[in-house]
Amino acid sequence: MIQKTSLETLLIKNYLFKGLIVFLSLLMLLPLLFILFFVLKNGISQLSWAFLSELPKPVGDTGGGVLNAWVGSLLLLATTSVLSVPLGIWVGIYLSEARNSKLAFCTRFCVDLLQGIPSIVMGIIAYIWVVVPSGHFSAFSGSVALSLLMIPLIVTATEETLKLIPNTLKEASLALGVPYWKTVLKVLVPTGFNGILTGILLSLSRIAGETAPLLFTAFGSPFLETSIFKPVQSLPLLIFNYATSPYEDWQRIGWGASCLLILSILGFNILAKVVKRS
Amino acid sequence: MRKDILTVNDLNVYIGDLHIVKSLNLLFERKTITAVMGPSGCGKTTFLRCINRMHELIPNTRVTGDIRLYNHDLFQLNPIYLRRKVGMVFQRPNPFPTMSIFENVLAGYLLNGIKLSKAQKAEIVEDALKKAALWNEVKDSLHRKGTFLSGGQQQRLCISRALAMKPKVLLLDEPTSALDPKSTAHIEELLIELKKKVTIVIVTHNIAQASRISDHSAFMYLGELVEHGPTQKLFTVPKDKRTEEYLIGKIG
Repeated sequence: MIQKTSLETLLIKNYLFKGLIVFLSLLMLLPLLFILFFVLKNGISQLSWAFLSELPKPVGDTGGGVLNAWVGSLLLLATTSVLSVPLGIWVGIYLSEARNSKLAFCTRFCVDLLQGIPSIVMGIIAYIWVVVPSGHFSAFSGSVALSLLMIPLIVTATEETLKLIPNTLKEASLALGVPYWKTVLKVLVPTGFNGILTGILLSLSRIAGETAPLLFTAFGSPFLETSIFKPVQSLPLLIFNYATSPYEDWQRIGWGASCLLILSILGFNILAKVVKRS
Repeated sequence: MRKDILTVNDLNVYIGDLHIVKSLNLLFERKTITAVMGPSGCGKTTFLRCINRMHELIPNTRVTGDIRLYNHDLFQLNPIYLRRKVGMVFQRPNPFPTMSIFENVLAGYLLNGIKLSKAQKAEIVEDALKKAALWNEVKDSLHRKGTFLSGGQQQRLCISRALAMKPKVLLLDEPTSALDPKSTAHIEELLIELKKKVTIVIVTHNIAQASRISDHSAFMYLGELVEHGPTQKLFTVPKDKRTEEYLIGKIG
């Protein structure tokens, strides 16, 4: 009898524990669902072809869109990728290959520190490095600021991915008389390609919503700008400006832009998951 | 024609402070199978790796003495050239996961950027897969990923990948220890067939396997080469007491 009751208590405890886990996981979901619901409710009605294909109108005129902002955002993301993906992958390869060297240790430490620096500081750095010497705001300076945020993410993703590849593959390649550098570039990197790509997509989605580093670098612009050496608008900047404005239709456009930004970030994340699975 | 292809003279290998292989002298004859046996940690794998200089991947390794391949000191050769002449198959099958069966066989050429015509490629692949007794099983699915194959098939794919480079010597490091008995038997038959063309050195834990397939056997214990000679002789009348104890299962 005693055994039976104690078994029952065990089972009950088990259920309670499971219930707690499920409850807490659902609780975790709430903020996200709440944000999504709120943004979609206010923003989805704004999304239309005109919203995507028109430039903003002056205060007072109805309508207008965010063409310059999403084009600017894409321009910033593309430039940032060009600046940070090759460098980040290169450093990641180095860290996973030279695991125990002193330089790797220092590099890893710096990358970790870099990851902890507030994004607004990256903006200031890019301002000093690029905006001041060139004399004007530009998409390029914004990309430099964003790269400082993105490089550590890519380095870490690459390093972690490559570390997971079994050493036997490297040996297989070297034993065929393939030189070391070709082994790294043609065997290790392609084998870890999906992991690295996932890392790139996730870091893109992470920096796509950054506002602070762009405030005094990309700066914003009311025009459609496609040169990386001119100031450009971007979605986060537009949201920042419009949401804090006193005009109701600007605020509505702000909601629409938020909706667009969140949906694109969601898209990046889903794409990253798909890549990871395949 | 000289009969011996590889000679090992007073080879010592150190990893850090550990003396792994102790003054080893050995001679490998052309187109034979030599089995290197011994308990775990006796240095047989390290020795095998020295023959195509894969030991250089292990940090803090130091080697004295020499190994001669056709009378060239192989520590003086370019390791990239050497590894094309001396192929290696590992304990666990390790086909390249991003490549198809076809590309896996050609990996040595593709990764090295050696240009081949379509006809040459097809010829090399068919030849290497036939030598590894895998052709009939995969000839209709050459463009599937190599990782879809069973463990035994993957190991034969790795053997054909090594053979595609037309090596003079093939080193196998416990190639069947991760495989089931049927795949093991398959690979053993294959090795006996292969020795017509290449010299084979196989490291094995499996005494029965050594007796089944090898012409010569070597027994290593605690880094020393205890005994070596024709397999039949070594198995029936071992000279050294330690060899005898190993063969009847007392050590190892």
